Amino acid sequence: MSRQKTITGGLFVGVTAFSAFLIIAVIIILLVVIINGGKDTFSWEFLTSFPEDGMMKGGIFPAIFGTVLLVLIMSVAAVPFGTITAIYLTEYAHEKSVLAQTIRFAVRTLATVPSIIFGLFGLGFFIKFVGTGIDDVFLGGQLKWGQPNILWASLTMALLTLPVVIVSVEEAIRTVPRELREASLALGATKWETIKRIVIPGSRSGIMTGTILAVSRGAGEVAPILFTGAAYYLATLPTSLSDQFMNLGYHIYIMATQSANVDQTLPIQFATTMVLLLLTFTLNLAAVIIRSRLRRNAK
Amino acid sequence: MKETKIKTRDLSLYYGAKMALNSITMDIPEKEVTAFIGPSGCGKSTFLRTLNRMNDLIPGVRITGEVLVDSLNIYDKQIDVVNLRKKVGMVFQKSNPFAKSIFENVAYGPRINGINNKTKLEEIVESSLKKAFIWEEVKDRMNDSAMALSGGQQQRMCIARTLAVEPEIILMDEPASALDPISTAKIEELIHELKKSYTIVIVTHNMQQAARVSDLTAFFYLGELIEYGKTRKIFTTPDKKHTEEYITGRFG
Ligand SMILES: Nc1ncnc2c1ncn2[C@@H]1O[C@H](COP(=O)(O)OP(=O)(O)OP(=O)(O)O)[C@@H](O)[C@H]1O
Ligand SMILES: [Mg+2]
Repeated sequence: MSRQKTITGGLFVGVTAFSAFLIIAVIIILLVVIINGGKDTFSWEFLTSFPEDGMMKGGIFPAIFGTVLLVLIMSVAAVPFGTITAIYLTEYAHEKSVLAQTIRFAVRTLATVPSIIFGLFGLGFFIKFVGTGIDDVFLGGQLKWGQPNILWASLTMALLTLPVVIVSVEEAIRTVPRELREASLALGATKWETIKRIVIPGSRSGIMTGTILAVSRGAGEVAPILFTGAAYYLATLPTSLSDQFMNLGYHIYIMATQSANVDQTLPIQFATTMVLLLLTFTLNLAAVIIRSRLRRNAK
Repeated sequence: MKETKIKTRDLSLYYGAKMALNSITMDIPEKEVTAFIGPSGCGKSTFLRTLNRMNDLIPGVRITGEVLVDSLNIYDKQIDVVNLRKKVGMVFQKSNPFAKSIFENVAYGPRINGINNKTKLEEIVESSLKKAFIWEEVKDRMNDSAMALSGGQQQRMCIARTLAVEPEIILMDEPASALDPISTAKIEELIHELKKSYTIVIVTHNMQQAARVSDLTAFFYLGELIEYGKTRKIFTTPDKKHTEEYITGRFG
């Protein structure tokens, strides 16, 4: 009996240790393959120059630029909107009110919707409905906003990352101690003054975490921008919100599937993947650090 | 006997279905110290918090009866709660400085009231800190975080922060219960000084403290006001057996 227990126990430890090892092994293999494949191409030159020869040579600067611009515009839209929603949910809505329940349900649902659906929604709503609407009403039908561009892509991406922002900010707001709100109110501050002067400053790191997580997610996703603004190849950088843009993730996809000679572009693909991984990894690390600091402060 | 500052009439409070205060009627005089004593859970904090409507923040609280401050019913619909709280300040059990500098902590109230002039703010901050007997200890570190102060200093700074709003009444919920004897003595000395200009209501678990600082004492038990009168009388010849038992430490 007890011997059997020892055996099953030992087996269990073995299995868990093996799965843990497997996961680490996968990550290491992945990194080794990518770094090995990309290290010769990766250089300052690669980061700062344009693609050449139908993307068979040259760098990926426009894709980096486009990705950064995308997540910037996305943040400008998602962070204030998400923060305001989180403030409403935690500070104003009654926990059990129909509206608050509905918003929470919507946020949870939004977080599980496959990203390609966001792409389709962006195409249908932002481009076909809003964009074409603007063209018809203000530009006499001239085509300007009713086509894919960086604005619509960023807004689509903002919808995708909104739940991340809302959840992070909500969590941070909840760590602001009740005592501080009471102190503020007892000094004759209104609820809004208390939120503005105590709650929001106290949630700054949560807002930061939310932003970084959203940016890291937005930098890696391709599906939402597929129909809404990402371009295959552009000879110039986007200069207006109605321009299309290049993107790291999309660039990898294009090189892997559409290039004239896929094998020849492999080193570029690996190097681009390295850049993308480095970017999202750094961002996630920053978010983890800020969040753990936040948790420690809450104690 | 001084003028009455606060009156409650048949004040009852319910947390959901649970009654926490049962029909309390009492008069609290101006510029004196009134102490609330009683065993844990008897409703002292709850009662104190009805006086500046802090219980409004707790969902499910229902209040019946009246609280009159300067003869105005503060639960009247026309009353502006924000103005009420400026008039009736509060100091909490656990010192609760904001994560700001000492200066900004004390300037918080005046700033909310729209005072932005730097000189004026400095004046208010200095005089408030002086009134709270902490100016000498912090005058050279006004821009340091208030979190860096000791517990006792934080509590006196919180009192200064309350004074900066120029209240008429100060409610204190066990202001010294988390402090060492020296800090406690400083707070008690401060209360003694403050009662010249302010009406003070203080909750305490410390019988000696109640006896030392207060002019009047109210004994609560299970949400009811059992006995209320001059502190000297309550502590020497209470009318109710319950009060005597509690004060002499035989229960509670
Ligand atoms: N937010 C709340 N919700 C429900 N019940 C509460 C709440 N706050 C207090 N109570 C209850 O009301 C009663 C009075 O509580 P209160 O905090 O006023 O007591 P107290 O006399 O201040 O006690 P202590 O000396 O421990 O501070 C207690 O039975 C308590 O459990
Ligand atoms: Mg209490």
